[in-house]
Amino acid sequence: MADTAARTDPKQIERVIIRFAGDSGDGMQLVGDQFTSASALLGNDLVTLPEYPAEIRAPAGTLAGVSAFQIHISDHDITTPGDAPNVLVAMNPAALRAELGRLEPHGTVIVNVDTFEERNLAKAGYESNPLTDGALKGYTVFEVPMTSLTRQACEPLGVKPRDAERSKNFFALGLVSFMYTRPEAPTIEWIKAKFASKEKVRDANLAAFHAGHAFGETAELFDHVYEVAPAEQHPGEYTNINGNTALAWGLIAASRLARMPLFLGSYPITPASDILHELAKQKHFGIRTLQAEDEIAGIGAALGAAYGGHLAVTTTSGPGVALKAETIGLAISLELPLLIIDIQRGGPSTGLPTKTEQADLLLAMYGHHGESPLPILAPYSPAHCFDTAIEAARIALEYRTPVMLLSDGYLANGAEPWLIPDVDTLPDIAIEFATAPNHTDADGNPAFWPYQRDPETLARPLALPGTPGLEHRIGGLEKDEAGHVSYVPEVHEQMVHVRAAKIAGIARDIPPVVIRGDAEDAEILVVGWGSTWGAISGGVDRVRALGHRVAQVHLTHLNPFPANLGDVLRAQRRILVPEMNLGQLARLLRAEYLVDARSVTKVKGLPFTAGELEVAILGALDD
Amino acid sequence: MTETTVPVTTRKDWSSDQEVRWCPGCGDYSILAAVQFLMPELDVRREDVVFVSGIGCAARFPYYMNTYGMHSIHGRAAAIATGLAMARPELKVFVVGGDGDMLSIGGNHLIHVLRRNIDVTVLMFNNQIYGLTKGQYSPTSEVGKVTKSSPYGSIETPFNPISVALGAEATFVARTHDMDRQHMMEVFRRAYEHRGAAFVEIYQNCNVFNDGAFEPLTGKANRDDMIIPLVHGQPIRFGADQEKGVAMGTDGRLRIVDVAKAGADNILVHDEQHDRGLGFMLSRLAKGPHEPTPIGVFRAVQYPEYGEEVGRQIATAQERNGPGDLAALLRSGATWRVD
Ligand code: SF4
Repeated sequence: MADTAARTDPKQIERVIIRFAGDSGDGMQLVGDQFTSASALLGNDLVTLPEYPAEIRAPAGTLAGVSAFQIHISDHDITTPGDAPNVLVAMNPAALRAELGRLEPHGTVIVNVDTFEERNLAKAGYESNPLTDGALKGYTVFEVPMTSLTRQACEPLGVKPRDAERSKNFFALGLVSFMYTRPEAPTIEWIKAKFASKEKVRDANLAAFHAGHAFGETAELFDHVYEVAPAEQHPGEYTNINGNTALAWGLIAASRLARMPLFLGSYPITPASDILHELAKQKHFGIRTLQAEDEIAGIGAALGAAYGGHLAVTTTSGPGVALKAETIGLAISLELPLLIIDIQRGGPSTGLPTKTEQADLLLAMYGHHGESPLPILAPYSPAHCFDTAIEAARIALEYRTPVMLLSDGYLANGAEPWLIPDVDTLPDIAIEFATAPNHTDADGNPAFWPYQRDPETLARPLALPGTPGLEHRIGGLEKDEAGHVSYVPEVHEQMVHVRAAKIAGIARDIPPVVIRGDAEDAEILVVGWGSTWGAISGGVDRVRALGHRVAQVHLTHLNPFPANLGDVLRAQRRILVPEMNLGQLARLLRAEYLVDARSVTKVKGLPFTAGELEVAILGALDD
Repeated sequence: MTETTVPVTTRKDWSSDQEVRWCPGCGDYSILAAVQFLMPELDVRREDVVFVSGIGCAARFPYYMNTYGMHSIHGRAAAIATGLAMARPELKVFVVGGDGDMLSIGGNHLIHVLRRNIDVTVLMFNNQIYGLTKGQYSPTSEVGKVTKSSPYGSIETPFNPISVALGAEATFVARTHDMDRQHMMEVFRRAYEHRGAAFVEIYQNCNVFNDGAFEPLTGKANRDDMIIPLVHGQPIRFGADQEKGVAMGTDGRLRIVDVAKAGADNILVHDEQHDRGLGFMLSRLAKGPHEPTPIGVFRAVQYPEYGEEVGRQIATAQERNGPGDLAALLRSGATWRVD
């Protein structure tokens, strides 16, 4: 048979964006993940965007059941999963219909043609077959009978045809791996390990993968294959990591660095549950996890563990934060260290549970009763979740305060290569607990005053239960320095001010903002926070490449803001704030600094693309 | 600390310097006294004891104990105590609150702390009213209760706290009342010594908003005929001359009988470890404190305690995988080198 592909050399491309889409039962996330690993091992820079259907059991073949995985691989540093995919792999008509709109004009479509029969077309809402009615005009379409070829490949194994069909995602993986010259060996090893206990499934998947690969080689469909060269990266050891895993590992690291056991109280909620899963798995680190009866118990138990001297964490998403609000108030009043991790999703209410949004900033900032400030941090990339977890723990412990960490669905599930840090270079964040009285009472006896503060940080001493001689009571009622309940008007006012000053003072203890891009004489400053970093950086770079002077600031610390932020903002001609909400950071910046911060907003449950921000920045320059 | 024996203490050592601020005559005083008298008798140091409470009159309790303590928020004490007991299994953790705190706003946490068998001692002061908010009906108020929030009488079926606790799989369930310090101390001691979650309902008089709710039972003149003491291994008998008893009919129901008529051999022998529902049947004997009511330990059984199980899982994981190695964890996925 003619080997077309072998005859032509691979075509070098800088980058490609591939989107795998199929029914939620088709295993798109699984093959997407494996394609990612193979690409990472090749040394490509990459960013992924998994998208799950909101409904767990949407009927097969319908639009509601479409699950997709997008990967952007590149030979240079990239920051986003890409704007429009170059290649769409559609396993059924519903996937084609749901995803085609995202594909770049003239993009490549690879369809499993076996599924394009009447029933499936109807389920997807197609009145006629898009493969034949001209709907795909302009695209490069490859019709591949994936189901039947997979069945054939598995026939010699004695696998029932129905079971064999389930391996068709591996056929697709094999085909795309061939097209983009991914090495086969890591995927074969991975399939062998992953399905070691189910021989039949393992063999069927292997057969399908090989068949897909072989199909690419032999069918004279493709003029040539593509190669994406390894990206330039800092030397060192890398792994591929998503935000939730990075957060979980960051928490484990923080507990090591604080020399305190880790405690997680949590109630399952999308998209935060994976942190609970990961920490529950790592028991040998001495981690205690409680799957609580509700969100309130999750934070309650964490607060109890914090009181007992553990590094305590609760994880949730927006609706859970609302339920935890009262306990956050208690933690602020008790002044105990506690991490509240909000993996934001589309709201309000159940909203878009599997989609991303950044609309909990004002909730984090103001969503509790009374005057009750707390520090807020947001990681900007999946790997940055690791560092941010450590930084949040440092602040919580040092200042004896609950800290809110705002991640989101995009960071949680998105993955990127990560230069594994040397654990010996991570900061020591251990604190000292009180072991002796800190006061002499009126009768000359030694006493322990739980709210007699450190004059510099305003942090109170922490005496753990079990410490002899320091027995004391704390509570949610207002108290004086001695820890005694006090209703004296001046005491309350003073305590409100002191608690606020303590949090505000953290600004002295965090790094100043650093301007990326044109620090001097910029036409515009783009300010962002959280997961929009990749898209904003991409947009800024594109506008700069057009010859404009653009500055970029991306905030990790959202309360308090870095000390120099006001000066940086006031020096700008224009300020643009892209956010996946209706302008929450912009509102805070305006309120805090009286600057004319303009918003760019997107609330579709999807991240910004660099292209959208390029357009937005150019538009703002015209004003 | 090298000392191994617990220092000798008196009630005074266990009392904080805070002025006790319940209404004069409130039943809470006698419960506090019973606990403060009991503590020196227990083999425990002050620094190892923590009282956690929610909100309500009873929830003031931690302020008056010279131990560690946390006065938290309404209903959540059981959840907070769960985390504390899991984190620090060597501590002795008490959860103190009222019927509104534990059965209304905190009902969910109560049933789960019991079912998980967390090693805490739950003291629920039941006064069948909301005291701190000045007199609304509570989840244990009787049907028809007229209060500010139920001017036409409550139309809600009250909880039977003992039945709730047993239904929540509590491994230790007991009832006592604020008029009998000796009985309280004995029940509290048993609850304290129990490994796992211990639930104690204490009938407590709120003399301001629900005065005399338990008088038909706990009044000196009424006790003999109205209180049915439960003693493990003993026939369940009461009355001034032990002339009354509890017997099971052929229909499987418990009845109060005349011992002479029913025959002493037919009187039910109490068994705290009976795991097939005797405690539950006993909890249903009285419809409220106006009928002869069992007090004492309904159930006391040993099941694995949560914190111990958590520790066991950690130990097993460490045996299998060694103590956690952070550098290895960060390399547990596929890795590659760039030179
Ligand atoms: S209101 Fe009732 S329960 Fe509360 S302190 Fe007064 S008497 Fe006691």
